[in-house]
Order: sequence, then C-alpha cells, then structure tokens
Amino acid sequence: MFETNKMIEQENLDVRTITMGISLLDCADTDLDVTCEKIYKKITTLAKNLVKTGEDIAKEFGVPIVNKRISITPISLVCGSCCKIPGDYVKVAKTLDKAAKEVGVNFLGGYSAIVSKGMTESDELLIRSIPMAMACTERICSSINVGSTKTGINMDAVRLMGDIIKDTAEQTKANDSLGCAKLVVLCNAPDDNPFMAGAFHGVSEADAIINVGVSGPGVVKYALEQMDKNAMAENGSNANFEVLCETIKKTAFKITRVGQLVAQEASKRLGIPFGIIDLSLAPTPAIGDSVADILKCIGVEHPGAPGTTAALAMLNDQVKKGGVMASSYVGGLSGAFIPVSEDQGMIDAVEAGALTIEKLEAMTCVCSVGLDMIAIPGDTPATTIAGIIADESAIGMVNQKTTAVRIIPVVGKSVGETVEFGGLLGYAPIMPVNTFSSERFVNRGGRIPAPIHSFKN
Amino acid sequence: MTRAIITVVGKDTVGIIAKVCTYLADNQINILDISQTIVQEFFNMMMIVDMTKSVKPFDVINDELAKIGADTGVQVKVQLEDIFNKMHRI
Repeated sequence: MFETNKMIEQENLDVRTITMGISLLDCADTDLDVTCEKIYKKITTLAKNLVKTGEDIAKEFGVPIVNKRISITPISLVCGSCCKIPGDYVKVAKTLDKAAKEVGVNFLGGYSAIVSKGMTESDELLIRSIPMAMACTERICSSINVGSTKTGINMDAVRLMGDIIKDTAEQTKANDSLGCAKLVVLCNAPDDNPFMAGAFHGVSEADAIINVGVSGPGVVKYALEQMDKNAMAENGSNANFEVLCETIKKTAFKITRVGQLVAQEASKRLGIPFGIIDLSLAPTPAIGDSVADILKCIGVEHPGAPGTTAALAMLNDQVKKGGVMASSYVGGLSGAFIPVSEDQGMIDAVEAGALTIEKLEAMTCVCSVGLDMIAIPGDTPATTIAGIIADESAIGMVNQKTTAVRIIPVVGKSVGETVEFGGLLGYAPIMPVNTFSSERFVNRGGRIPAPIHSFKN
Repeated sequence: MTRAIITVVGKDTVGIIAKVCTYLADNQINILDISQTIVQEFFNMMMIVDMTKSVKPFDVINDELAKIGADTGVQVKVQLEDIFNKMHRI
C-alpha cells in the first residue's frame, strides 16, 4: 500500500490524460454558421462534466490525472460542404477553441485531415488554413496523416506540409513558433490515440468514447534503480537482461492497472463507453519523469550513445507486454515517447552532443511514435522539412507502425540557442539539420506506392 | 459498502489517532481495521474504513482530513480501496 502511495508522491505516477472522443459527423451542414453552432453544442453538452469527473476521480483514488482532453472527428470530413475558403476553416477552429475553453479542457485535437492517398478539396483547404488557425487559437491541435502501410505516402501532401510548417512557424513567431508544437504530421495514425497533438476521433469509432493515456517513466526508473541495487548487494554485478525485462514488465502492469481503473470509473460516471488504454511512457519536463533517464538506467551514458536503439526497442516491447496483461483493451500509440523538449534527460543529451536528429530517426524505428518536439533552425528550407517528413513516413510505412514528425523551425533562431515553450511542452536546444538539399526529390509530386508486404488480401 | 484506506505518515506527536478517529466518528465513518507502527520516530498508521454512512461527500472528507493532518504535522490521505486492489492483483 505504501508502495502505491510512494509511486504517486515521489516517482510521478500519474494518469496522463483522459481524452473524450466525440464524433462530429452528425454536425455537418451546408451552412457554416449552423455547422459551427452544432459543433459547439455537441462538444459542450457531451464534455460538460469531463473535467469535474476527472478531478473527482483523482481525489477519490489519490492519483493525479494531469490532463482532460477532447478528440474529435477530423474536421475536414465534417466541414467539407460548408467551408469554401481557408478562412472558413479558421472560423471553425475558433469555434472549437471556444468550446474547449468552455468545458475547461487544455487541448482539443482533431483539426485534422487524413490524406494518406489523396487530398479532397476540403482536405487541402483545411491544410492551407492551419497556419492561420494555429496563430489565432490556443488549445487546438492539428494533425495530418500523410501516409500508411496500406496506401503508401502522399508526396504532394508531404511537400505541402513542409510549407505549412514553415508558415505556421512564421505566423506564430512572436511565441517562438509555438504553433508548430501543436501540429503533427503522421503516418499510420491510429483512430483512438488519446495523446496530443496527434489525437483525433477516427471514423471507425462510436459516437463518443473515453480513452485513457497512462504514464509513469519515473516509476519505471525507480524500479530499475532498486533492481540494480539489489542485484549489486546479492552478487556484486548489475542485473541481467532477464531480470531487467521482468522488472519493466511488472512495473508497466501496475501503471496500466491504475489507468484501467480510472478509465472504467470515468466511463461509468460520464455514461460514455470505455475505448482503450494507451500504455505509453510519456515524459514531462519535471526532473525524474523522463524516458531518457530510463535509458540511462538500462546502461547508456546518454541517449544517443551506441546501444540506445536496442535499449529503447527492449523498453518499448516490455512496456507493451506488461501493459497488455493489465487491460482488456489496449490501443492508441502504446510505447515509449521520445520527445526532446518535454524530457529533461533528452535535452541534456542534446546539449552534451550525444544526440542528433539522425540518431533520433533511428530510435523512431523502434519506439511508439517519431521525431517529436524537435527545435530546428528557422532558416531550414521547407523542402528539407518535407524530406524529413518523407523519411519518417517511410519508416512508418515499411515497419507498419505509427510515426510522426513534430518539428519546430524556430523563426530567427539558430543552432546553439534554446527555445522555451512553457508548461508540459518544455524547452529545447535548437538542433542542427543536415544542410544538403532534398529539393529535387520532394518536388517530383505524386505518391509513393504501398510496400509489397501490405498486399495481404 | 464503500471501503477506503486512510494512511497517516509523519513525525510522532500526542493525539494523532485521537484527532483522526474523533473526526471519523463525528462523520459516521466506521473503522473496520487499524494497524499502527512507529518506525524510529515516525508514525505510520493505516486504517480501513467504511464510508457508506458518511455524512459528507468523499472530497470534503478528503480535504478536511488532509487539513487535520497538516495542523498536526502529519500527512493524511484517503483513497478508495480499489486503487490498491487493482494495482497489485492480477
């Protein structure tokens, strides 16, 4: 019992987010104002008690629930018939922002389009409205799915996103290009992810659903430290991989149980069915709440040192194995997140010169998502950003996993400087980007076909 | 029955149990089991209580007990038992 309370108080065990997925498909109308009104009404009605319920549960069980969030149907599907210019979409974004503030959630995700094979006119309008929408809203997160194992990669969309990311950075340059921290480009995006910025409520989902994201890198780190201390006392050496894996698995089990309990309670109290638990190790800038620190406990001096990718692969797998036992429905991203700015240990590794974008890219082959919260020089060309997105998407497409790119070309800053985003988003040193050009490649246009192993029918 | 676990941890002083128990009695919360140890000078108490007839809602009890704890220099937590059951059992 004291173990549980110690995990909560000293090792940052928490439930990272309760995310309510809401389908807005029934809000579509040919009139923009009517659509906005319907959207606002549906969100504020269904999610009215979300924040209060989250707080009640946190109090009763004594476990912090850090975020309460909402994910919605990709908005390009809802507003196809009423938005004629990008400005119309901006109006929808403002409505969503108002609704998010009204119910008190800190982020609302789903200002999204799924264009993994082709773009409809509505998708393209939405994408073109992103820079403006990110500049004039606070709590809206946007995600664009540009590829999947089944469809290949839409290179037109990849190229366009290079420009959009640059433009979003420019539009929000007063806040160190903060808009880009709320914009993510995905490949193989899951329909039920509760974590921002990539959360949206997929079309395969029910009308409303509760998804829960658990966390707790600090707890895993502490368990590993204890394990090595015990092994050292017993036979004078560090624990071997068998013991290591077992320890991570057991800890992941306990963490996920808490998530499962919170999800079931929330679902019962809100009268909305339970969807999935996302078993991710999500770091925060708080000292000790770090995935990088776990990698260091496993035995690399800094993340980025040789061995890091193998350590991360093992960690990711053991987290899944332990978590799957603890919950009946596991989904979302489920794995270890390796955002740079949100993890003190990763920031240290970058500053020490141990971690580069190229190594991070290798790590994304085995972790749950991708290049996340990386600040790069503001003068990086849009085509280079598109090139990075294409690389990341290719990793996702070929390995049948979710990958994502959330990079921030910070306007006016260059390598060596740091950028401060505040809150959960943390701060980041600007990382150098390969300066050779990818212009000819990304400007070809068209799409990259699906890989051979996707033809399973 | 709504069972909850109360944990009290902190430096030992006179009247910790008395204060917590009086508060529970005043609010119709029944103590089902209690265990208490003093490790060096540190007071360690765990209570299992039945909150079914509690006259106040859970969050109020939680806040008020925390305040009693803070006044006495100890940390008091109330949590529904589920969190402990779920975490340590398959």
